[in-house]
Amino acid sequence: MAINEAIHQTMAQDPSVVLIGQGVKSPWYVGNTAAGLLERFGAERVVDTPVSENAMTGLTVGAAIAGMRPIAVHPRMDFMLYAFDPIINEAANWRYMSGGAMSVPVVFWGIINRGGEQAAQHSQAFHSLFAHIPGLKVVAPATPYDAKGLMVAAIQDNDPVVFIDERWLYSQVDIVPESLYSVPIGKAAVRREGGDLTVVASSYMSLLAYQAAEKLAENNIQIELVDLRTIKPWDKETVFSSVRKTGRLLVLDGSWNTCGLAGEIISSVTENEFTALRSAPARITLPDCPAPAARTLEKAYYPDTDTIITVARDLVKKPK
Amino acid sequence: MTLSYSPDLLRKLFSMMCLIRFVEESFVEPINNREVLCPCHLYSGQEAIAAGLGVSLRSEDLAFGTHRSHGHYLAKGGNIDAMVAEIYCRETGCSKGRGGSMHLVAPREGFLGAAPIVGGTISLALGAAYAISVRRQKAVALSFFGDGATGEGVLFETMNFAALKKLPLILCCENNLYSTHMAIREMRHKPDIHDIAPPQGVASRQVDGNDVFACYEAGKWAVEHCKAGYGPVFLEFMTYRQRGHVGPDDNIQGTRTDIRPAEEIESWRKRDPLAVFEAHVLQNNLLSSAEIQQIKTETQKRVVEAHHKARSAPFPDGKEVSNFVFTN
Repeated sequence: MAINEAIHQTMAQDPSVVLIGQGVKSPWYVGNTAAGLLERFGAERVVDTPVSENAMTGLTVGAAIAGMRPIAVHPRMDFMLYAFDPIINEAANWRYMSGGAMSVPVVFWGIINRGGEQAAQHSQAFHSLFAHIPGLKVVAPATPYDAKGLMVAAIQDNDPVVFIDERWLYSQVDIVPESLYSVPIGKAAVRREGGDLTVVASSYMSLLAYQAAEKLAENNIQIELVDLRTIKPWDKETVFSSVRKTGRLLVLDGSWNTCGLAGEIISSVTENEFTALRSAPARITLPDCPAPAARTLEKAYYPDTDTIITVARDLVKKPK
Repeated sequence: MTLSYSPDLLRKLFSMMCLIRFVEESFVEPINNREVLCPCHLYSGQEAIAAGLGVSLRSEDLAFGTHRSHGHYLAKGGNIDAMVAEIYCRETGCSKGRGGSMHLVAPREGFLGAAPIVGGTISLALGAAYAISVRRQKAVALSFFGDGATGEGVLFETMNFAALKKLPLILCCENNLYSTHMAIREMRHKPDIHDIAPPQGVASRQVDGNDVFACYEAGKWAVEHCKAGYGPVFLEFMTYRQRGHVGPDDNIQGTRTDIRPAEEIESWRKRDPLAVFEAHVLQNNLLSSAEIQQIKTETQKRVVEAHHKARSAPFPDGKEVSNFVFTN
């Protein structure tokens, strides 16, 4: 609902903001996040589309180049792969290719919907893939406050922003300010201060990390939790200064291991803060394996708070 | 025309429709009590299409399915125990519990896989048709997809190339009038889907998808057309799903996400493919009611058996989650 409020308010304020995607009028698709938009703004600005991800996403890119501020919603991120061409070849490159003459203020909103034995094509998290592309900004909120604030920031940004959220976060309830506020892109949040170990996470992993940190505190292990909020450009200074304080780093990534976000953060910290590190950094990611169906395999596949607690304890125990 | 059908063919058609219907309905309770968790897109109401096509196919014919492929898998000869176990996500399932309901596979029977990305397997079937053609086989490739997939550009790209190379590809569009929860008429400029094929050089027919005889005839024609080297065929089957888009009732009147008018559901229910078949064969004395009852009883027994086997089979071992990523 926080995202819903962000879209309501930005659409009310700016007539060039439009929402385009599959199922924007069906409660079955994006849940409550599109509620009331069609009734309030009409079918011209809230467009329900055929199952044509490539052309519909291309449309939002073209409309953005032509001066609109569209939001392209993909209720299931896996289907967004059909739209890689307009997102990567066109939107991400357009400004640079035109020597800055044009910009592409579009939001690509992808929702990760996983678990429940949905298997490989209904589970995937592609933040690292998008973050790899020059010209794309990538945000992944973990709290209702950030969901609204980052959606507003993404809409108001003059460049293409991939906004990624997780259905696993949709049960979180919080009171967010009614006003139209934004959360700056590129700024992390320290969710918890502590001196023993820096944990860097984003999206759903931040929620798990917070729960793990609370439990670890009972055993006198103090975690400093950095919630990235923006995957690209990620907030290096906040992460670096935390590592300088704790000397230890654990990165949590809700996607695969190889060439992923966790590897990127660890290598940047190692390059820049090598002398601050008291032990080798560690990462918790998904295994390099497609998402399985069976519940027993899902339990082995997705990290939980216990996984984080075990690895964190091990890291802190390591000799200085 | 149906009077000339052999009792054997009639039994085959009806047995397959019963098998599919009874399996689908048998999952309603396990889904509702959360014994089955993976998303199940039930095929109830559309059985005539898979059953009618299935009898014209051999194991060397290669098919690809969708999210709603329990019926395709069975009609292509897939083993029922392996399918039911897969839906329960057990190690004994056809995909060893890694895929679930949406990723059925039966390679030996020519069912090469199924996937829920809309239109995702259309070009894969094109590839299978190409392989058949290169190998000079007398076989066909089949692509099952729904009306929603006509929104994907890949369908048009596939039709053009299949026609260009005269590939033995049967494009089976099951038009159940809804693309998930959205009425297809609200998503297409022109309602008649079969009209998209001729401009691409693909022979096309619209078929009553609730009449198993019509489906059988269309399938027979399509297979002959392809095997004779005339190139691809597009079949639009008009049909209706009796259950939700996913699960038993997520799209039924009275539920949170209902959008289908009650009268529409009711009018299609009157044209239930199994009931239509029964009425026809009884009226024309083609099968006796005792024969029909026997088929039903035997089929029901088989379905119950498959559930028993699946329920007593183990779940995959969590330690083996990364098996099957690569061949070696």
